[in-house]
Amino acid sequence: MSLTKAERTIILSMWGKISTQADAIGTEALERLFASFPQTKTYFPHFELRAGSAHLRAHGAKVVAALGDAVRSLDDVAGALSRLSELHAYILRVDPVNFKVGGGGGPQGPQGPQAPPALTQALPPAQLLSHCLLVTLASHFPADLTADAHAAWDKFLSLVSCVLTEKYR
Amino acid sequence: MALSGADRAAVRALWRKLGGNVGIYATEALERTFCSFPATKTYFPHFDLSPGSAQVKAHGQKVADALTTAVAHLDDLPGALSALGALHAHRLRVDPAHFQLLSHCLLVTLARHYPGDLAPAMHASLHKFLSHVTSALASRYG
Repeated sequence: MSLTKAERTIILSMWGKISTQADAIGTEALERLFASFPQTKTYFPHFELRAGSAHLRAHGAKVVAALGDAVRSLDDVAGALSRLSELHAYILRVDPVNFKVGGGGGPQGPQGPQAPPALTQALPPAQLLSHCLLVTLASHFPADLTADAHAAWDKFLSLVSCVLTEKYR
Repeated sequence: MALSGADRAAVRALWRKLGGNVGIYATEALERTFCSFPATKTYFPHFDLSPGSAQVKAHGQKVADALTTAVAHLDDLPGALSALGALHAHRLRVDPAHFQLLSHCLLVTLARHYPGDLAPAMHASLHKFLSHVTSALASRYG
């Protein structure tokens, strides 16, 4: 999967605006993640996860900075995120489903104890970190997130997710 | 996770705010789904799927009406959506994963139009509600 020229143009042009609010966006995406998908908090037992916490702000900034590295190396996202990929695979061991929006396969993630049964059978789709990032971008840049831009970002974030999980085995 | 009292109140309040525009947002969500996840177009070979299509608009309104019905029956989603569930399972045979792609696109759509209203807690309640709708629709598959 690689980005078309049109998709790269969209990502690059929006990145200019995003980078001016990088910390706020990263923090908000994480807040949404922990609010909608509380099981993801399991990876942060050492963090204070309340809204506005210094830990959240610092980690949100890291997430967006890493995305910035990927944006600056759209020809070689794997290379740009190689170190992060190893970190997530070997040390953090984040279940890949937590990165994904839709498609791309991958194992099903943990479900809450009372999750409706049908969801545990479905493929792991939308609504984890990539989803939360998209919703955050939509809130901050409603006019920029046209359907084409939304699709480009979904694809880019799927690409990042693939790279972060490719070293798992 | 079950829908708490707070989740239900939040979803109902947001739905009141959306008023008669739910159809517009559901249509946009469908357009985004087709754009981001082209595999979903497979269920609509008989539709004109170009931007602004009247068929997509009409379908968006159907989706909106179903969601509005769901909001009115938060205490019994499986019951309220039983007929639709049977339709999607036995006749349309939509892969349940695709409902969640539509949910994702609906949340992005609503965040664009109501940025001030979709704070993390509201987002979480809405996501939960849509998960329960998805589950009710998929419950007739097995």
